[in-house]
Amino acid sequence: MADVATAGRGAATRRGRGAARHPGRLGRAWIPYAYLAPALLLYGLFLLVPLVRAGQFSFFEWDGLGASAFVGFDNYLAVVQDERLRDAFGHALVLVFFYAVLPLAIGLVLAALLTRAKVRGIGFFRTIIFLPQVIAMVVVAVTWRQIYAPDGPLNGLLRLLGLDALTTAWLGDYTWTLPAVGLIGTWVSTGLVTVLLIAGMTRVPGELYEAVRLDGAGPVREFFAITLPAIRGEITVALTLTIVAALKTFDLVYVTTGGGPGTSTTVPSYEVYRRAFELGQVGEAAAIGIVLTILVFGITAVVNRIGDRS
Amino acid sequence: MKVSRLEITANYLILGVFALIVLGPLGLILTRALGPQSASVGREGRLLHWENFADAWEIGRFGQYLLTSVTVALIVVVTSVTVSILAGYALGTMRFKGATFFFYLFLVGIMVPTEAFIVPLYFDLQMLGLTNTVWGVALPQIAMSIAFGTYWMRAYFRSASGAMMDAARLDGAGTMRILWQVLVPNARPAITTLVLLVFLWTWNEFLIPLVMSPNGSVRTAPLGLAFFQGQYTQGTALLAAGAVMVALPVVVLYVVLQRHFLRGMLTGVSAH
Repeated sequence: MADVATAGRGAATRRGRGAARHPGRLGRAWIPYAYLAPALLLYGLFLLVPLVRAGQFSFFEWDGLGASAFVGFDNYLAVVQDERLRDAFGHALVLVFFYAVLPLAIGLVLAALLTRAKVRGIGFFRTIIFLPQVIAMVVVAVTWRQIYAPDGPLNGLLRLLGLDALTTAWLGDYTWTLPAVGLIGTWVSTGLVTVLLIAGMTRVPGELYEAVRLDGAGPVREFFAITLPAIRGEITVALTLTIVAALKTFDLVYVTTGGGPGTSTTVPSYEVYRRAFELGQVGEAAAIGIVLTILVFGITAVVNRIGDRS
Repeated sequence: MKVSRLEITANYLILGVFALIVLGPLGLILTRALGPQSASVGREGRLLHWENFADAWEIGRFGQYLLTSVTVALIVVVTSVTVSILAGYALGTMRFKGATFFFYLFLVGIMVPTEAFIVPLYFDLQMLGLTNTVWGVALPQIAMSIAFGTYWMRAYFRSASGAMMDAARLDGAGTMRILWQVLVPNARPAITTLVLLVFLWTWNEFLIPLVMSPNGSVRTAPLGLAFFQGQYTQGTALLAAGAVMVALPVVVLYVVLQRHFLRGMLTGVSAH
């Protein structure tokens, strides 16, 4: 965001000069607003207004049909007090680990290895590992449901390796379902993270490495002293994208588990949907949505603040 | 840089393993999509069962779902890209009161999760009689795409327009002519990227069509797939064939126009 702001100032000066050269245009001050109007109208009516209304909804108890009653902050208190909702937000944090932290760890190792030794076929590899990013989450979910099925290929592979003891109903187990769903997230976002990091690492000038190598640094120290600081920007972007994706998880849970077994995989987005459109707890659903938004904005701000500090 | 033979070999091995991890699940679904629907069909001994796609198209009603998806995607792409070009033009090349404010206003829309505004939006659209219509499914996605599209086009026009615009202005061209005859033809790569991204997001969107068409009359392909999974439990061949049909259009576009997807998804969205 800081970048955007500084760039904005520079452009203003440039445009300022242009305006000075055409004083005749000053009389038509409405023109920019006319260009902006259709976008503002559609965006305002179908996103901004409902967003503000969600804030309003969140202070009422309403079943979606009858009369509504003002309840103050009760719906927000429910987010903290209702065990199911607390769990939902807890699960979202577990998913952050699988969507963001784990892919970042894998991506860093993968990108570092691949940029060190210039192997052929990197372009082709990039095409493949990025592929899960463009496939509809529903397709991904349907695919992994088959992989995780009790008689599916994962259990088949385990039996083949003689690890029968490890086989389980991956999507029907109170302990294993959340990590199993999380790993689907890892499968989806590792490609994105790796491609970003490779792009960042190839931009690091080779001379930087020469210097530490003269000091007798090994590849590990080289990585921490040169590579890691140089790709701070890419790490920030990767974490922002993947953390937000983790917090907003909906399709994946809806299709693979429906929040179950029990409440073991329910997430905030799923609770918004369930409460608003299945249980008739519209105010509470709106409050969850608002809390989720604050969380998304907050985490994005924190990640970017840490990333900018270099 | 000196790198040992061993390290290079190890790298190829790692590349191979990770490529397999990604391709394995996709290969599985493709194999099942072409496999026999039942054991008795399997005994016929044919290797590839293309009829699965025809059956999914008819029995699974994927033909109908895909048509709905195409309609929604067309409406969203055409409307939001056109409107974003206009707004991006104003924000990127003109100086006016509130420009910075409007820019940040659009930025909010890129970050806000759908869950935050979909609840009131559903009840409002229901009151207007727009739920269970193509417009009810398209309009919220138009709004979301405009937020990103305006941001994207503004960035392009700001970086690319200076000299071209000055020349056109000296010729006495009006703002409309400058936009459509000078800027847009040159912006073709940026616009192509935007069109592809909006198409991708709209095609894959799940929550909005799920909420906005509770009776299922406007069911897009991903939604059709999710419901088919719940209803159709005899074997996995048709389900897999449906999944392939949902994924294929985007995968083909991605393979052919990969540069655009990477550029948009790595730099564009990351801007917030």
